[in-house]
Amino acid sequence: MSNTQQLERITTQVRRDILRMVHKVNSGHPGGSLGCAEFFVALFFEVMDRKDGFDMNGFEEDIFFLSNGHISPVFYSVLSRSGYFPVEELNTFRLINSRLQGHPTTHEGLPGVRVASGSLGQGLSVAIGAALTKKLNNDNHLVYALMGDGELQEGQNWEAIMYASANKVDNLIATVDLNGQQIDGSTDDVLAMGDVKAKFEAFGWIVLEVEKGNDMKSVIDGLNEAKKMTRNEQPICILLKTVMGNGVDFMMHTHAWHGKAPNDEQLATGLAQNEETLGDY
Amino acid sequence: MKTYTNTGNKDTRSGFGAGLETLGKTNEKVVALCADLTGSLKMDAFKANHPERFFQVGIAEANMIGLAAGMTVGGQIPFTGTFANFSTGRVYDQIRQSIAYSDKNVKICASHAGLTLGEDGATHQILEDIGLMKMLPGMVVINPCDYNQTKAATIAITEHHGPVYLRFGRPSVPNFTAENGNFQIGKAIHLIEGSDVTIVATGHLVWEALEAAKILNESNISAEVINIHTIKPLDEEAILKSAAKTGCVVTAEEHNILGGLGESVSRTLCLNYPVPQEFIATKDTFGESGIPAQLMDKYGLNKEAIVKAVNKVINRK
Repeated sequence: MSNTQQLERITTQVRRDILRMVHKVNSGHPGGSLGCAEFFVALFFEVMDRKDGFDMNGFEEDIFFLSNGHISPVFYSVLSRSGYFPVEELNTFRLINSRLQGHPTTHEGLPGVRVASGSLGQGLSVAIGAALTKKLNNDNHLVYALMGDGELQEGQNWEAIMYASANKVDNLIATVDLNGQQIDGSTDDVLAMGDVKAKFEAFGWIVLEVEKGNDMKSVIDGLNEAKKMTRNEQPICILLKTVMGNGVDFMMHTHAWHGKAPNDEQLATGLAQNEETLGDY
Repeated sequence: MKTYTNTGNKDTRSGFGAGLETLGKTNEKVVALCADLTGSLKMDAFKANHPERFFQVGIAEANMIGLAAGMTVGGQIPFTGTFANFSTGRVYDQIRQSIAYSDKNVKICASHAGLTLGEDGATHQILEDIGLMKMLPGMVVINPCDYNQTKAATIAITEHHGPVYLRFGRPSVPNFTAENGNFQIGKAIHLIEGSDVTIVATGHLVWEALEAAKILNESNISAEVINIHTIKPLDEEAILKSAAKTGCVVTAEEHNILGGLGESVSRTLCLNYPVPQEFIATKDTFGESGIPAQLMDKYGLNKEAIVKAVNKVINRK
């Protein structure tokens, strides 16, 4: 079995985790989580240079910040599947006294999380700050960030985007989940953002487009290409074209499953479409 | 009665600048961020001495708060600098999520707080910042009274791991505390011992409280004056001990009566040892343009107002 196939097998398990987590508590955000499953698996199992265990400072390792915190199910699943905490803890998602809060937080000490996110538009600034600190510490590892496309409507992002190019923050790879959907509908209907690529480029960023954001090989190739372009005095953005709800047919191509959990029957349908490969938690 | 000598008027923001300059030499983890107000915040010396640790972020305060939060990942100790209004109200959610809830070791340093910002008027004169910041879980809130104490506080907060809001001001005011004094977060300072009334003051109002105590002394009223430089965590023990002795309290601050020091003291008294209290604070209003001293007079934040409040509160005993 090729490495890509192995990663794809992990991804189907991650999708199962996402569906089961939100189903159990009848809340959470499956749509965006499913759409980003390949990205998270590629990043944590293949692309990032990570140390064993977790310390907040992340010295001498690549680190990741999630800005669109509502896709916490995919983040939690991949963190646990890559060894940050026991997979059984996924059972506690959104329950009282859990470290797996509705939106990720450092407050409960969950390994793998370095900043709280959920209130949108803040994560890119935080990632840039961490990238600046890596430079001060002569740490040659990279900082990764993920944000949603709807989230780009928050003005703080554009402050951060302007800052990063003006200050040549070139040890950062920021990915935008370009799924074209947000709560009230398509991003074009809610607040059209025009040409996102042209906007980033006008702000002085290198932009890479990954057309097949749910194809494992494409995602890995895109991330590796971005890595090669770091340390060239320009920040790097990946526009990752994904399908919201990917891997569960009735959740795809719609914003309806942004923040809605499947019922028992829908769960069974979704699970049947995704093979149990690592063992359900 | 113990008296204090003004060694010469100085602005508290310059105390911050001097403290930051010292930290530049003594702590290599200290970094400074500024949103286009380097001169106003007196951050020039740090910038000149340590350009690699100074980050000009432009007029983009939200991004500055996020950058500071991220810079702590890897061990830096960021000090952000802008006016108090843009340090708090403008970026409240950024502070709440990226710093306070995320337990980040960021020092939010805010100049031009309160009415004494002066001529620029109410758009810039925030009188709600202490309230905003003290409501955030885990946030330490400090409002030193003069140049020397602001310098000492700037240095001291570096040793505290966690978010801090450090509030100071623009005008030159009496400098009377000890040079290079020991600053303990959360530890009230008894400036004058007294028996008839306790005056609890913070920031620019501490000097006014000392002046008020002199006037009261001439009328044989013995005022105890406490400098509460740390509003959170509040030195409740010091306040309660003094209230038990004097039986009444006047609080004094350059801040709205809602949400400020006075309310924190009031809560402490109410829960433990209820005694009459009067408030020297702005009365749920915005400020306006004017010379700082004129504004303090107009809004009742001066020694005369404190004397009046003392006479009133003593009659309520």
